[in-house]
Amino acid sequence: MQPETGDGGPPPTWSLHGVREGVMAMVPALPGVAVFGVAFGALAAERGLTTIETVLMSGIVFAGVSQIASMELWSPIVTPALVLTMAITTLVINLRMLLMGASMRPWLAAAPPLQVYPGLYILTDTNWVATLRYRREGGSDAGYLFGSGLAIWLTFVPSTAIGQLFGVLIADPRPYGVDMILPLYFVALLAPMFESTRRSLPWAIAGIVAIAVQYVLPGFWYIIAGTLAGALAGGFLGDE
Amino acid sequence: MNEPLSHGVVYIIVAMAAVTAFTRIAGFWMMGRVTLTPRVMRMLEALPGSVVAALIMPVILKEGLSAALALTAVALIMIWRRNEFIALAGGLALIAGMRAIGW
Repeated sequence: MQPETGDGGPPPTWSLHGVREGVMAMVPALPGVAVFGVAFGALAAERGLTTIETVLMSGIVFAGVSQIASMELWSPIVTPALVLTMAITTLVINLRMLLMGASMRPWLAAAPPLQVYPGLYILTDTNWVATLRYRREGGSDAGYLFGSGLAIWLTFVPSTAIGQLFGVLIADPRPYGVDMILPLYFVALLAPMFESTRRSLPWAIAGIVAIAVQYVLPGFWYIIAGTLAGALAGGFLGDE
Repeated sequence: MNEPLSHGVVYIIVAMAAVTAFTRIAGFWMMGRVTLTPRVMRMLEALPGSVVAALIMPVILKEGLSAALALTAVALIMIWRRNEFIALAGGLALIAGMRAIGW
């Protein structure tokens, strides 16, 4: 008998209840998302973007790390060369999402495209980790993927507008540790999945490779290099 | 390649949006054309931890002891209580406290 899904879990469904569950699951992460959004908005204002440009970028690019990196490259005189440089930088920083999308396939292969692709369009690191954990705990509702992404989108986009408008008024949030909310949240999501040494060895390899590559290569290659190293290690370490 | 464009900001935003949408959509789409062998499945299973490790290990290195301790605390509270709010609050309190005393 053929298993119905590649990961052996229940077949995909979609419901508004799943969307709501996804939204609610993101609530602990939203303060961190908002701070991140305000930080980007303030930076965008400093570089001369208007409120509309800031909101447009946040709404349709919706990838905070690459948006902040793009502000580092920003120049008010836009040439085709600059457009190309920024597109390539954005691609490198966001390449990890290729792998993140790929990891959804075993579960959602049989789901109708309209239940999957809108959720993928607003995929972020944060709601991806949460959605994978939801799946590992037996969840099947693809609405969770969309709802968790939507909660972040609805928080991030207005936050960038607030940062763009009022950025100069915002005091340094660093003493309160808010810059650490997202890393802390990732670890909180992942900790219950920390099962055996064999399973966590690829994570260690990913971290070590990321640190090493960060010293050798400029920019954000370390994210994709570390991720690929970890995934390959996970694939080949189980061979014995 | 070096003559200025009018409405250049719009070109930049659209280019960034297009490549980002590609990274979000294409991985899922391509995996529909790859056989999910046990090895591919193991690679996909190792992904979440690998992405997170690759994102946060350089942060720990940069932020030092306070970040490492806060992240460890969050992991332990999470395994113990299984509650993201408590774990996050504990980690944040720890890091704010350590920064307040200048660590």
